[in-house]
Amino acid sequence: MAASAVVRRLSSAPLRDHRLLRPFSSTGSESTITVETSVPFTGHKINPPSRSVETTPVELLSFFRDMSLMRRMEIAADSLYKSKLIRGFCHLYDGQESIAIGLEAAITKKDAIITAYRDHCICLGRGGTLVESFAELMGRRAGCSKGKGGSMHFYKKESGFFGGHGIVGAQVPLGCGLAFAQKYLKEGTVSFALYGDGAANQGQLFEALNISALWDLPAILVCENNHYGMGTAEWRSSKSPAYYKRGDYVPGLKVDGMDVLAVKQASKFAKEYALKNGPIILEMDTYRYHGHSMSDPGSTYRTRDEISGVRQERDPIERIRKLLLSHEIATVSDLKDIEKEVRREVEEAIAQAKENLMPDPSELFTNVYVKGFGVESFGADRKEVKAILP
Amino acid sequence: MLGIVRRKVGCEVFSAMKFSLALRKVLPTGSALPMNYSTATKEITVREALNSALDEEMSADPKVFLMGEEVGEYQGAYKISKGLLEKYGPDRVLDTPITEAGFAGIGVGAAYYGLRPVVEFMTFNFSLQAIDHIINSAAKSNYMSAGQISVPIVFRGPNGAAAGVGAQHSQCFAAWYAHVPGLKVLTPYSAEDARGLLKAAIRDPDPVVFLENELLYGESFPVSAEVLDSSFCLPIGKAKIEREGKHVTITAYSKMVGYALQAAEILSKEGISAEVINLRSIRPLDRATINASVRKTNRLVTVEEGFPQHGVGAEIGMSVVEESFEYLDAPVERIAGADVPMPYAANLERMAVPQVDNIVHAAKRACYRSVPLAATA
Repeated sequence: MAASAVVRRLSSAPLRDHRLLRPFSSTGSESTITVETSVPFTGHKINPPSRSVETTPVELLSFFRDMSLMRRMEIAADSLYKSKLIRGFCHLYDGQESIAIGLEAAITKKDAIITAYRDHCICLGRGGTLVESFAELMGRRAGCSKGKGGSMHFYKKESGFFGGHGIVGAQVPLGCGLAFAQKYLKEGTVSFALYGDGAANQGQLFEALNISALWDLPAILVCENNHYGMGTAEWRSSKSPAYYKRGDYVPGLKVDGMDVLAVKQASKFAKEYALKNGPIILEMDTYRYHGHSMSDPGSTYRTRDEISGVRQERDPIERIRKLLLSHEIATVSDLKDIEKEVRREVEEAIAQAKENLMPDPSELFTNVYVKGFGVESFGADRKEVKAILP
Repeated sequence: MLGIVRRKVGCEVFSAMKFSLALRKVLPTGSALPMNYSTATKEITVREALNSALDEEMSADPKVFLMGEEVGEYQGAYKISKGLLEKYGPDRVLDTPITEAGFAGIGVGAAYYGLRPVVEFMTFNFSLQAIDHIINSAAKSNYMSAGQISVPIVFRGPNGAAAGVGAQHSQCFAAWYAHVPGLKVLTPYSAEDARGLLKAAIRDPDPVVFLENELLYGESFPVSAEVLDSSFCLPIGKAKIEREGKHVTITAYSKMVGYALQAAEILSKEGISAEVINLRSIRPLDRATINASVRKTNRLVTVEEGFPQHGVGAEIGMSVVEESFEYLDAPVERIAGADVPMPYAANLERMAVPQVDNIVHAAKRACYRSVPLAATA
């Protein structure tokens, strides 16, 4: 039973030998395991899927590895920000990794994802590399947006990731537009528009939902409810924090977002539903360990007990670790090895990104248009700095 | 004297013939040059021009679709999309609810994916509800994504003052949108402009704000066979010299081009030969044509319907000061809408929008033919 059957989904490093799967383990690498989600799904105007989820040891290991990679990346970004290598905004996703991973497990790269500014891990899940992420965060030319976007504007169009948006709520109509195009082109794929509990009250969300329901667009709205919109708790921002019900005539599902298998099950269910019937809302009950952004300590509006409580009871990586151990798919030291390796990978990527140069000054004037018709563009002093837009 | 103007404009070389006033159906907008000879060219309204352009581009590219309020079954609030629903079906001509933020965002998302939406705002006053999508979701995406996400969308609809529609329905947004890098802003005047520029806009890979004018929809203009051909296209970023002149340059866009041409006619009777430039494109602005003209005439009057402060004329005046200062023989004159919200009463409304007289007076001031009077309160 080849140990190299371990799926290495997020790393660009070549597949290596892993002594994870014991030759005489009772659990084969291809055999299915059925796991129950932490809690049953709650449906709004829909019969929820079963809470029994099928998975395999390989998949569970990949979940563990990929989530650990995301966790490490975000924590490393924290340090880079504090050492001023990352500037401006930096919104970290640690705690929410199971949403990015569970979603990917249920869909293909032909499906589309769009999200707001907490986008580093979503991009990684869509096939972005660590170097691309760190380089972008540090404003270097090897970044996924060549250093011109920054933390909030990661993109990977060729694998169905449409950004990375800074205006709260705007990504939802955009996501419904992606779904419109998929239906128009008869592609049989769906779009996931991710938004937070803060964005859930945006008017344009309801405008887009109305149109999506009228036109039966394959749009899945995913509310990543981490219970705080910046410093405002959900009970202070929303008269009705039951975001999965907010669609009114659009069905919804409430999901434990910290359970990667629940996320996978719900996403699979939603995709099947949306392709046949139009929009559906998924509310992912999740949590972010960091504050809203690096300028927010995250402890003025919530207690440290709450944060550590969630870490102890609901951490998505710990959940999978327990599963792997209890099903004897891996040992404690196997998992520690993975974590060490992930750490090393992240450190290597950071070193590589640090070496990378900032964009050439001429890049100030590139990509303003696809077709610039040779018009002039100007720098701060147009008598000194001018460019022709090709 | 023939009114034939031959200009090489990017990909197209065409000739424009000017006819006498008698041929204008609604408002007299052409110059009164005697008609020496003319081929029997057709006349079409701006409405017909826009409709045929939409029709042809939708026919040529299945990715083009039209979306907006009343564009389908109602045949278009101003009948611009007449017949299109019947021809292309409800999958490509979509009636939306009255939710500009929602449908503009959906349009931009569809453009991200690779479709070519034409999003209609019933008037550009309503585009304010969607302006975040036009600017932050559309204009900036190609740049922020370093070229990964291009947005081949057209936002079109009537812009500026109509007649008696009051303050909330009369604003000109040319300056607002032209302010933003990443957008292209076009302002057709004639039927030829309407056809050529709309086709160019739809074919363009970048987001285009296409500012029409309600009062021009019903106006007829002569068009050559070339203009009527389905491959006809005008270049973006090139102004047109509607009337050549020697003494003063008058720049204008949209409806004001017609007024400027009338003013030029009046001025010619007083010995002032005015060169009228139809800007056609506010962004990119054809600084080369404007400056070349001012270097020839040495005097400039900018005309626009919109509010004066931070307007299109301000940019043109500054451009001329920057590039052709030594050529100016007089200060740049600026004619614009009054600096007040649009009033309803007919007499006040008339004062709030530039009239032909205003343009004539400004041109005379630039030619030192009259002493400027202080405005009365």
